[in-house]
Amino acid sequence: MKRRLADLALLAGILAVVPFFVPNSYIFDVVIRIGLTAVAVIGLNILMGLAGQISIGHAAFVAGAAYISTILTSTFDWPALASIPTAVAAMTALAFLLAMPMLRLNGHALTIATLGLGLILQIVLINEVKWTGGPDGLTTTPLSVGSFVIDTDLRWYVLVSVVLVATVALSQNLDRSAAGRALRALRDSEIAACAVGIDTYRLKVRAFVASAAFAALSGALTAHYSGFITPDMTGFLKNVELATMVVVGGRGSTLGAVLGTALLTALPQLLGGLANYEMVVFGLILMCTMIFLPEGIVPSLSAKWRGLTVKRGPSVETSAARSQETNEGVWRPESGK
Amino acid sequence: MSIFLQYLFAGLTIGSIYALSALGFTIVYNARRLVNFVQGDFLMLGGMVTATLVPFGWPLPLAIAAAIATTIACAALLQCLAIAPAKQADPVSLIIITIGASIFIQGIAQNVMGRNQHIVPSFTGDAPLHILDASILPQSLWAMGGAVVLVAGVAWFFNRSLVGKAMRAMAINPMAAQLMGIKTRSMLLLAFCLSAFLGAVAGVLAAPITTTVYDIGLTLGLKGFVGATLGGLGSAFGAVAGGLLLGIMEAMIAGYVSPAYKDAVPFVLVILILLLIPQGLFGSRVKDRV
Amino acid sequence: MFGGLRAVNDVSFCITEGTIHSLIGPNGAGKTTLFNLVTGLYVPTSGEILLDGRNVAGTAPEQLARLGISRSFQNLQVCMRMTVMDNVMVGSHLTLGDSILQGMFRFGGARRKDEAAEQQAHRLMRFVGIDDFAEVMASDAPFGILKRLEIARAMATNPRLLLLDEPAAGLNQTEKVALEKLIREIAKSGITVVVVEHDMKMVMSLSDHIVVLVDGAKVADGDAGEVRSNPDVIAAYLGVPIAKATADA
Repeated sequence: MKRRLADLALLAGILAVVPFFVPNSYIFDVVIRIGLTAVAVIGLNILMGLAGQISIGHAAFVAGAAYISTILTSTFDWPALASIPTAVAAMTALAFLLAMPMLRLNGHALTIATLGLGLILQIVLINEVKWTGGPDGLTTTPLSVGSFVIDTDLRWYVLVSVVLVATVALSQNLDRSAAGRALRALRDSEIAACAVGIDTYRLKVRAFVASAAFAALSGALTAHYSGFITPDMTGFLKNVELATMVVVGGRGSTLGAVLGTALLTALPQLLGGLANYEMVVFGLILMCTMIFLPEGIVPSLSAKWRGLTVKRGPSVETSAARSQETNEGVWRPESGK
Repeated sequence: MSIFLQYLFAGLTIGSIYALSALGFTIVYNARRLVNFVQGDFLMLGGMVTATLVPFGWPLPLAIAAAIATTIACAALLQCLAIAPAKQADPVSLIIITIGASIFIQGIAQNVMGRNQHIVPSFTGDAPLHILDASILPQSLWAMGGAVVLVAGVAWFFNRSLVGKAMRAMAINPMAAQLMGIKTRSMLLLAFCLSAFLGAVAGVLAAPITTTVYDIGLTLGLKGFVGATLGGLGSAFGAVAGGLLLGIMEAMIAGYVSPAYKDAVPFVLVILILLLIPQGLFGSRVKDRV
Repeated sequence: MFGGLRAVNDVSFCITEGTIHSLIGPNGAGKTTLFNLVTGLYVPTSGEILLDGRNVAGTAPEQLARLGISRSFQNLQVCMRMTVMDNVMVGSHLTLGDSILQGMFRFGGARRKDEAAEQQAHRLMRFVGIDDFAEVMASDAPFGILKRLEIARAMATNPRLLLLDEPAAGLNQTEKVALEKLIREIAKSGITVVVVEHDMKMVMSLSDHIVVLVDGAKVADGDAGEVRSNPDVIAAYLGVPIAKATADA
């Protein structure tokens, strides 16, 4: 318990200090975008990292929530305080409906199905011009809570920081909980998971839905931050980017998810000058990371660290002998299930 | 009836391209259980390189040959530098490596050949021919004919030639194949080169019809993959059938329902098929030993 | 049926509660297949599997775990990217549940449950003798430890019936002696144990009851003495192993 709070306090501390080091509005924008995207990536990590499934279609939930919140506030004059939760709820429900059939699939089939999801939504968004503004997208209204408008960099930064810390906290909690273990068991050995009574299908569905909820939150907030949204939010590249951020940072690690997001968001910005080479460098980084650090950056580094300080335990015979001495004889299982 | 025939021809034309793309996917998948996202870019390279060389005065056949050679070289580099070093990587990592490679290649194509659409001249002119009640472009015949020849060639290769059979053996049991003296590394390379060849030719055949641009690989590749999945990933016959089926359905939907949503067809279709018949139309269920 | 091959053909036998049963036979006889049928990984093409009189054939593995059937695997199914302790705690799933919401928001006495689960895991690990390896990553742990980990994990589900698929495979003599003692203690606590094994000495000394499978069919069914002297069994093993074991015992 203490360790959890310490981690979060550290994160909050870093976040509190960052604004003082930001030289200009442009960098501030990048930082805020990292925060917003990280929420979705942490969510996707639940599905791809913890549960070991794959989805290159989660940007669909990001975009879907963005459009719903925008349409509700712009066209129907809903307050943001109502439109954002509604968008999240709608995407969560949609995710549930989609997850049930889709998660009966595995591996490559699931990959293509989720990609299909993302691209189908993009096509719909492009074509239903009346509602969605077509390929040019929509402009969004700034986020306001009553009369308090969040329209400065600093205000957005605070909001995003709070949301990010909360997301990290929830993700860390999950990781260390029984559900987290069940998810990881599902990832490492589905057979073993079934053998201990885990309903793997239902668990996968719930992981999918949970990650969609985070993606939706990220999307709804991003819509009001950006000022405009386009169907490209759920295009092929955007979908791949999200999955890549999870994988490069480290599947299964919340810290990794944040790191992956930061790296892959900052990079195109840094390469902004070399606009033409953006794809070349991005592709190169992707390949190299997966070839040399296949577990992702954080797990690979922590494995190397473990290698240096390896805990191997005592020899097997000592352990067996010890068990024969200390065993009180009969095993008494706990009563009640 | 003639309208139907018109759509059918259109479907068969684009379906032939998808079929070749799908076949490329299947060959690599069978060799290494890998879904090679770069397959689509093989098609792109075939068309783009040809389109870039022709304006410089290269005669068409030479340009095509150069394009095919470039693509195969690309595939070889991909296998040697990106796939082989990855060794034991899990399927997700491998897919992402190929996605990275795809983006990389698109980036280079974008820089070298520009972002614009390119035109490749039709092989034998643009005068439509009249078959039955519908008209069909000569290039469509080239596409369909080319596909038939290539598919037959691949079938012969896998069923009759020693090398082809060795590749099949490797797909079924790599360890045993190695023990039998089959060099798996070379086989893998061959598989990649073969799929690149198919892709490049498909791309060249398609380019006069669809025009070509640096990111067309995405669509063509994706749809090829969908075709392969439809037919059953791992089955060569399924890949070809799936690709053709996909092309026809796309043309029918575009014609009878709505051209705007025609791009959604492959994905809706594949999701439905995967849910109802997960192993594809012609695939087989495999049970893992515990 | 596996693509035309009858893996298990008309096998029928009873398991008595609270005893140790063994399932033996040459490789390929269908023993693991039988296990997979009983634990729900395969669905039988015909026949019944009766648990307390109720037919559970074709029930999913996770359901069977809830009904009290648990197992270890011949080819280890250990979560390599988790610690030994986490692996065992996964076994407590039936008690702890896997609610994502509860995991995230930690309501409903989550902390109490977590602590109880940790204690349970330690008890189990001490019982099988792997407590020293609790914090070791499974991928770093020795093979013998992982085999016992699977037993600990299987026991964490509070089973009534424990199926062990070649638990002694790959173990040295010291480890085998410890394993035999462990199996006896498990049976003493009221859990019915069925073991697939190749080590004849262990089988003969441990088992209350032995079933012999050859090429998917039952060839013998009785206690150690009956099975040892069964001519079909001797023929299946080409005579030498069983005759030798009898001479040594």
